[in-house]
Formats: sequence, structure tokens, C-alpha cells
Amino acid sequence: MEYDRGLLLEMFRRMTRIRQFELAATNLFKRGQLKGTVHTYIGMEASGVGVCLALRDDDLIAGTHRSHGHNIAKGADVKRMMAELMGKETGYCKGRGGSMHIAAFETGSLGALAVVASGIPLAVGAALAFTMRGEDRVAVPFTGDAGSNTGNWHEGLNMASIWDLPVVFVLENNRYGVSTRIDDMVRVSDLSTRARGYGIPGVRVDGFDVLAVYDAAVEAVARARAGQGPTLLVTETYRFDGHYAGEPEVYRDRAEVAAWRANDPIPRFRAWLQAEGGIAPAELDAVEAKVAAEIAAALTFAEESPEPDPATALDYIYA
Amino acid sequence: MTAAARDAVSLGSSTPAMSPDLIRQVPEGVPARLMTYQEAIREALREEMRRDPAVFLMGEDIARHGGAFGVTRTLLDEFGPERVRNTPISENTIVGAATGAALVGMRPVAEIMFVDFSGLAMDQIANQAAKLRFMTGGQCRVPWVLRMPQGGGAGKSTAAQHSQSLEVWFAHIPGLKVVLPATPYDAKGLMKAAIRDDNPVIFLEHKLLYAFKGLVPEGDYVVPLGRCDVKRAGTDVTVVASGYMVWHAMLAARLLEPEGISVEVVDVRTISPLDEEAIGASAARTGRVVAVAEACRAYGPANEWAMVAIERSAGRLKAPVVRVAGRDSPIPFANSLENGVWPGTDDVVQAIHRVMAG
Repeated sequence: MEYDRGLLLEMFRRMTRIRQFELAATNLFKRGQLKGTVHTYIGMEASGVGVCLALRDDDLIAGTHRSHGHNIAKGADVKRMMAELMGKETGYCKGRGGSMHIAAFETGSLGALAVVASGIPLAVGAALAFTMRGEDRVAVPFTGDAGSNTGNWHEGLNMASIWDLPVVFVLENNRYGVSTRIDDMVRVSDLSTRARGYGIPGVRVDGFDVLAVYDAAVEAVARARAGQGPTLLVTETYRFDGHYAGEPEVYRDRAEVAAWRANDPIPRFRAWLQAEGGIAPAELDAVEAKVAAEIAAALTFAEESPEPDPATALDYIYA
Repeated sequence: MTAAARDAVSLGSSTPAMSPDLIRQVPEGVPARLMTYQEAIREALREEMRRDPAVFLMGEDIARHGGAFGVTRTLLDEFGPERVRNTPISENTIVGAATGAALVGMRPVAEIMFVDFSGLAMDQIANQAAKLRFMTGGQCRVPWVLRMPQGGGAGKSTAAQHSQSLEVWFAHIPGLKVVLPATPYDAKGLMKAAIRDDNPVIFLEHKLLYAFKGLVPEGDYVVPLGRCDVKRAGTDVTVVASGYMVWHAMLAARLLEPEGISVEVVDVRTISPLDEEAIGASAARTGRVVAVAEACRAYGPANEWAMVAIERSAGRLKAPVVRVAGRDSPIPFANSLENGVWPGTDDVVQAIHRVMAG
């Protein structure tokens, strides 16, 4: 596939933006400046970015507890993201949601949904609405590997398949559900084969290769948009950090993590852009610097933003 | 009197006392038809589907079969399989898909065949639909209705997994509205209000009431959510009840007329949000309160109504509140056991006597 230069730079920009956002969030969390919990998307950037850049603005995504990256990949503003993580009124959810519920509806992101695979039925229902109204929009729910053992996931794939709904089910296989290896919890090694039980295509790609993810997503999205039904897209990836920032990771060897980190998708893509994409190092340096400035500005914005007024505590419970 | 004998005497369909005349909601002179609770719900669905193309139905066996209780029967003929949509047996995804469709502008009316099965959908009900608006800081709305038959009695013998009254499961979750109509008039008007509401509304239908007839006016009307209804005005004692228990309360009130006890019956048509003001006002007027619910006694709705009556009646209660509720037991199968689980008319009568003596 030929890639537009602007698209390639945008892939690099969003992957870099996610990485820097997550590093900043981790840093804040470890210093005690973020409350609650932070599940980072570090290592998985190519998956979310490859998928989301294959979507239109009016397509929808639904996330997981680990969805800072999905939101940014779909176009969310890092200022309002960071403000939400800090529980500020200027955050996307006005401080009501935090990291695990961060959503940016204006970008087509239903956001983080922190019960595993609970976004699957939502995406199926949105896709049903698109179909009933004759719209050619697509809904894309993300889950991790462990999410594919839930009722949400199996019911959702089945329902979307019987009605040929425009859904691309993205399963990001990062190998672990909290501390538990997916190999111990699933009989098949290739999770994309689970699609067979629902009579839909199952596709498996290298989730560290943003172009491979993008190519597969473009095809699945086109199929969905054309009314040919859902696809299961498995991106083989890895989370570099623990389940949450600061989690002790007693369940995996440091050597294993190091081996995956050596194949980090962002430097890998950067090398490809320089070698094959015809993009000069200085241009990529400029992207990184600009993103660093965005993140710094986001931190300042979030820190200086007000907390929600306790007098508004009961707002938004009912419409 | 044994519970079984009691129900045979006071609740049989041939007993004149349980006639539609016990509750009259349509004023004289207003054109109205006598129809069942089931027909009234169906008529609301039909009218709302005609009015708004965003309204559609989804659930198990709701299309040709018309649902387990026939409520949606014939709607397939008019609206087709897109809008009267049979689903797989996937309760969680039925609700979740309704939420997803609602998030992008539809107004789904989903059905779970029995409220007892709602546990399968509870994540989508309680963690997603109820909370999405709040936890996203008002970025979205979830305008759906979830229809679920509940309750039991009268020798139906549907046993432990098809007979429960579970309104408190939902009323305990902020973000949900919970409705339980007692009459055909309320069923139709509340259904219309629920469909037009921008929040997730749990619409509980009492199974024994499906065949109950009542007057329903011609034309469009809405019964607002969140308001109790005084089904019968009285001066000596307030009976707060909902669903099928409203009929026991009405019958009890009639049975006590010869004794000169004037009973006010407050129907809690919307379980949540609760119309505390109406309960408090009635309690303050009469000074005596009996709270009656079919659901289990422990942590049940009658307790909430009793507490509201105490808190909101400005110290004007003349006697301790008495509650009447279902036994804290799974629903048994055998008639001899089943009839002992639910409150009946004479339980309400006895409770009124107690509160009058207090």
C-alpha cells in the first residue's frame, strides 16, 4: 500500500503523543499527583493509532480501562485529557470520570469503560443504529486478550454477525489480563480463530507495526462500511508497564519485558520512516519536540484548572 | 384464614371485589375504552413507534411470538423485523446494544423476558447505562426503556426463578428511573413518558396485572415519571403501595368501609426517583401509615416508603408505621407454600387495624 506522507507523519505524531502523555501521567502518579489508578498504553501505541487513523471522524470507538491511547489516537485533546486525569472541571468528563472513564464524545470516542469488554455491546448497539438509519458509519470496540473470555465479547460478536453490523472488533493481545497469561486461559494460540465460531473473518497482525495494523483496519472498515459485516482484528502487542503504573509485575520475567521493549514500535516506525518513508530525521525531531511542548502545556493547563465545585456534585446523574 | 383460602376468597378473578371499579382514573365524560394492562402497554408502544422512528423494540421472542406474555404481539405486522427485533438469548448484550443505540440517538425499548434474568444484564444496566452520563460529565444520554415482567402469585407456580419482585435492585442505582404501574391507565401513560424520557427507565410490569382491565382514554396522554398517585382519598390512614399491592390496598380499603375506617391509598407508580413529597403529605394528613410491597421485606421498598413517611410528615404521625411485605424467602413452587410468601388483602387489613390501634 502507498501511504500519504501526511498520514505517515500523523501516525508518528499520535504514537509519540500517546507515549509522552503516558510517561507524563506515570510520572505524576508515582509522585502522588494523580489519584486513583493509571493503566498505561505504553508499547501498544501502534495498535490504537493504526486502527483509529483508518476511521472517519464520525466513526465511533469504545475503549477499555486502558484507553488514554485510544482517545488520543481518535483525536482527543491532551489538555482536556490531562485535566480529566487530575480530576479537574476542565477535563473531558469534568472530573467525574478520571482515567478509567475518560471519554471524548466530540471525537467519536465513547471512551474508557472499565468493566472488561463492556464496550463491546455498546459498539454493537451503535452499529445497529447506524444500519437501521442507513448511515455508513462504523463502530470499533477495543478489548484486550482477556476480554475475549467474557460474555460481553462472545454475545457481541454473535449479535453483530447475525445482523451483518458494521463493527470491527479489535482485540489487542498484550499477553496478560492483570497478572494472568492469556496462554493459560485460552486453548487456541491464535485468538483470531475465535472468529470462526461466529462465521466472520478473523485477521491477525503484528500490533507493533503501525502500517500492518492500519492496512488490516482499512480492509475491515471498508468491509463493515459496505454492509458486509463485522471482522475480528487481533493486534499482537505487549504492554511494557505493569497492569497499572507502579504495579510490581511479579508474574513476568524482566528478560521477557526487555525482549519486547527492544522491539519498541515507536523507534521501529521512526527508523522505517527515515529509511523507507523518505522523512528526514529533523522533521521527526520536530514532531517530537512539538508533542513535548503540547504535553508540557497540557500539564500546566491541568494543574492550573479548577477542581469541580462540590455544589455541582449531583449534576449529570439524570438528563 | 389460611393464605390460600384468603386468596381464593378475595383475589379470584370471579370475585366482584377485584373489578376495575376499584380504581377509576378517567373522569366521567372523557371518551375511554376498557382495555387490559397488556393491551395498554402495547398501545403505548404502537403509538410511540408511529410517532418517532427512533423508537424500536428488541428482545427475545418478541416478534411473531409477541414475547412471553404477548405484549408485543401484532407489532411485527405493522413495523417489521427491523423495529420489532428478535435477539439471541444474550441479556447483557440486549441491554448493552440498547445503550449503544441510545447513545447515538435511538430510543430503544428492550425487553428481558423475566426480571429474574436481569442479573445476566446487570453490568450493562448498573455500571454502563446508569452511569455513562454521569461519569462522562454529561457528554451523553441514554434514553432507553427496559421492560421486564415481575412478581407472581394467584397460583401461577412459576417458582423461584420466574416470580421475584426486584425493583430495589434498580432503585438502589442512581441514574436509573424505575416504574411499576398498577393500572392500564398508568401503564400506558407511564410507558409513553418512559419512552420520551432521556434517561434509562426500568419499566416493570406485574405479571398478574396483564389481564386486569381498566379504562384508558382515547388519544395521547402521558403520566409523568416521579409522581405518586392518590388512588383513593381517605382521612384515617395512608396505605403506600405499588404494583399488584395497590389492588390489595384498594380492596382492603373497601372492606374496611363498614367499620368506618377511611383509607387513603397512595400508589407509588415511580419507584425511583421517589415522590417523597406526596408520601409525606399524605402521611401528615392522616397521621397513620401502612407501607405495602410484594418484594422481600429485608431492605425492601416498604422500608423506604415507611422511612420517607416518618421523615417527611413533620412529626405528625400518631402511631408507628406498619409495613407489610413479602416473606424473605425464594418463591416456592407448590401452591400451599407459594401463597404464604406474598402479602394479601387480609394482611393489609390487619396492618391497618394495627396502625389504627397504635
